[in-house]
Amino acid sequence: MAELSDANAQLYESLLDGDHTALARVITKIENRAPGYRDLLAALHAETGTASVVGVTGSPGTGKSTLVDALTKQYREAGETVGVIAVDPSSPYTGGSVLGDRIRMGSTAGDMDVFVRSMSARGRLGGVSMATADAVKALDAFGKDRIIVETVGAGQNEVDIVETAETVAVVVQPGSGDDVQLLKAGILEIGDLFVVNKADKDEAAGTVADLETMIHMDAAPAAGLSAGHHGPNATDSEPAAVDDGGWTPPVIETVATSGEGVDEFRTALDDHRQYLVDSGTGEGRRRRQAETEIRRLLRADVGGLAEEVLDGHGGIEAVASRVARRETDPYTVVGELVDPLESAVEESLATRPEASEK
Amino acid sequence: MSTDHAQRATRCLVAKVGLDGHDRGAHVIARAFRDAGFEVVYSGLHRAPEEIVQAAVQEDVDVLGISILSGAHNTLIPKVIEGLRSYDAFEDTLILVGGIIPEEDKPELEEAGVDAIFGPGTSTEETVAFVREHASNE
Repeated sequence: MAELSDANAQLYESLLDGDHTALARVITKIENRAPGYRDLLAALHAETGTASVVGVTGSPGTGKSTLVDALTKQYREAGETVGVIAVDPSSPYTGGSVLGDRIRMGSTAGDMDVFVRSMSARGRLGGVSMATADAVKALDAFGKDRIIVETVGAGQNEVDIVETAETVAVVVQPGSGDDVQLLKAGILEIGDLFVVNKADKDEAAGTVADLETMIHMDAAPAAGLSAGHHGPNATDSEPAAVDDGGWTPPVIETVATSGEGVDEFRTALDDHRQYLVDSGTGEGRRRRQAETEIRRLLRADVGGLAEEVLDGHGGIEAVASRVARRETDPYTVVGELVDPLESAVEESLATRPEASEK
Repeated sequence: MSTDHAQRATRCLVAKVGLDGHDRGAHVIARAFRDAGFEVVYSGLHRAPEEIVQAAVQEDVDVLGISILSGAHNTLIPKVIEGLRSYDAFEDTLILVGGIIPEEDKPELEEAGVDAIFGPGTSTEETVAFVREHASNE
């Protein structure tokens, strides 16, 4: 375990003691990438792994926040504690953002056992997933039974949610385009279940039918991208469409504002969680998530090293000017920059023969 | 070794408290804060003081801006501040009040812990500048 600074050790202890202010401050440190945040996360890591983590994603205006609110209410009624991370986009120009999801979380306002944290994308590379995944760890270590991550489905972010959540629910609204929209990469593959919210609208039945058709086409032999959807006899919109061979994503209709269908939604989430346990796929998923995390950290740190080397050579501007003046070419430049790193790597591998054993 | 760049942002909660449905001003200030590059959490209307405290604590905001036009500021605002103190979240939060606050009520609110009061006609630039200068932003 890492050495914590005094201030961070205090925060860590208070967080594990159930201090809400400490939890909030830890998340701030994580978001800010403040000094020592990695040590904090390293220490917290051992305390995680008990919470159920659900991702809810979908286009703006589909009612994700309202649905999350309704779900949270149900969890609370069952006596479970809940953490919610609501991610909203930030302006690419000013970095500013208005985080409005909290407005929809009205039914549990004032209940401290519901911890809602709004996060902005802050124009991070790789979406928000790193900070989000880290904030989930803080909530998990704090002892939340249920954690819900809500992201607006715009581009890459919704794929990133797969790297954090055990179960991903994709929320669509009736009439949200024809089946070609649903074909767009990313939407179908990431959903462990689909929710057609605002199901009291006229077009709901059509949207449900479209989704189910797409899911079953996806379940055809070529399915390989997702967690093994298949099973030709998954024909209904009932949740719990589990069969022995895999998981067929159910399509659930809800009206989040009235609470209709939220029971079924909760049951379907639990069914999927159970499926992950029973089938053993949960373990694989967690390992893949860890792989992604390690790769990302590795890339970030090695990238950082590269930046240092670059600075040592007079910075990107100086190097780039030489290339622009045709005094040298980018390949030679990068070769020169990476050379010392490469030999250091070779040296360290050579002196650690045991590293090659496993 | 950590090579992350610290990514700080000023976080603000713009809150409407009590029975007061006028949120145009709150929206204007939320936009101004957003355009200044701040992260703004908006509470929505009709919040109880304890709900605002909960939001301010959980969101770990640097700035709490309370908009109030109902005249109930002398009751509601001290309650919010008291709540923040109970969570040890008062010291590092800049507390602003916007709305219709009679001159004679101001000293009492400032005594209670309000850092600044902005009345009608205050420019958004002025408010943003005040936040830039005074928010702790850890």
